Amino acid sequence: MSAVRILVGTRKGAFVLSADGKRDRWSVGGPHLPGWEIYHLKGSPAEPDRIYASQSSGWFGQVIQRSDDGGQTWAPVGNQFVYDGVPGTHQWYDGTPHPWEFKRVWHLEPSLTDPDVVYAGVEDAALFRSGDGGQTWQELSGLRGHGSGSRWQPGAGGMCLHTILLDPTDPQRIFIAISAAGAFRSDDAGVTWKPINQGLRSEYIPDPTGDVGHCVHRIALHRSRPSVLFMQKHWDVMRSDDAGDSWYEISGNLPTDFGFPIEVHSHEPDTIYVVPITSDSQHYPPEGKLRVYRSRTGGNEWESLTKGLPQRDCYVNVLRDAMAVDSLDSCGVYFGTTGGQVYGSADAGDSWNAIVRDLPPVLSVEVQTLA
Amino acid sequence: MIRVALPAPLRALACIDGEVQVAVAEPVTLGSVLDAVEAGYPALRGTIRDQITRQRRPFMRFFACEQDLSHETPDTPLPGAVRDGSEPLLVVGAIAGG
Repeated sequence: MSAVRILVGTRKGAFVLSADGKRDRWSVGGPHLPGWEIYHLKGSPAEPDRIYASQSSGWFGQVIQRSDDGGQTWAPVGNQFVYDGVPGTHQWYDGTPHPWEFKRVWHLEPSLTDPDVVYAGVEDAALFRSGDGGQTWQELSGLRGHGSGSRWQPGAGGMCLHTILLDPTDPQRIFIAISAAGAFRSDDAGVTWKPINQGLRSEYIPDPTGDVGHCVHRIALHRSRPSVLFMQKHWDVMRSDDAGDSWYEISGNLPTDFGFPIEVHSHEPDTIYVVPITSDSQHYPPEGKLRVYRSRTGGNEWESLTKGLPQRDCYVNVLRDAMAVDSLDSCGVYFGTTGGQVYGSADAGDSWNAIVRDLPPVLSVEVQTLA
Repeated sequence: MIRVALPAPLRALACIDGEVQVAVAEPVTLGSVLDAVEAGYPALRGTIRDQITRQRRPFMRFFACEQDLSHETPDTPLPGAVRDGSEPLLVVGAIAGG
């Protein structure tokens, strides 16, 4: 019998939601690591009971936790993130140079094949890799050092590296995204990098079509077609058919093209999901209606999915790492809100239920489909 | 033995009940006590001080015997009552809500 495990990171701890393959009865485990901000937790595809978690606090800094029993027990591993060489400067909000300073880990991405290998996307933006199960971390400094780093600047949430995508067909290829620098690609396992932002247009930066400076909120791919990328930008939903070399807009009939997460159906590479948010200054759904939008055509033509979601007086946000899919035959889609709800759909978004309603604000949602 | 009182989140992180007690050779200083705590409880590395610079994290404070030691240098000797174990070194998270 298959099963689903949802890993939920919140402002005050981690939660593990579990159900069998029917996905109609859920148990809620946690809070794990209570009281701490859990920006992200994710399981190893190669060893699903191994889960890495980013635990942080304004008081006590960054801790990385690892579970080897599916999230029941946790142990701290290495938390020393040291930039390679002289870190240099990036741009501050006002355009002045600002020294690179480590603040926290936003995203952990375990290797697709080796449970001891895991990547960390951090603020101030950089990519780190561990090859020993999280005990030690080394920066892949070719990203920060490729030449444009001094022109990167923070988004409202900080200058974070928040997305790491590993190409399942090419172990040398990694995509990452930084707010607000843009998307980048490595074709040599993270040694060298190049910006992949051609086609993006951001009116809020000095050079709206520049090679860097774009506030990319999230990118996603389907494992069967990893050269096609989907992006939710600060404004605009975008698509690339050439591994990021060029992008074109697919916002189409969305009520607003501002938002944070974007996700791809587990079996249909052209079915994608976004959660439109009113604007960059109003981080809640338009008209107080929480609507997921689905495109079955790879973009441009979107339908609203509302069944089971609040359609009045709803003013929550859905953050960039807070949406995920399972890989059961009928694709499950899940997202968490800043109001503490985790919604799930067992029918690819046609209908939704609140799995849990009163968690702390949800920062991240990941899903494991277990045999 | 030197007694050190840690905030509850750090006690939970390092699986500590009550105060920590560490043996520290003379001279007993703020830095040498924190070194001993981190050596005995590696999970605490980086949570009180930066691991490289050994600078106090901005929201952490150090007190002992009704004295604020937060801005003292690491080689500052601790008060006699801490050195003889009658008073603890207090590691305190600054009060800022959350």
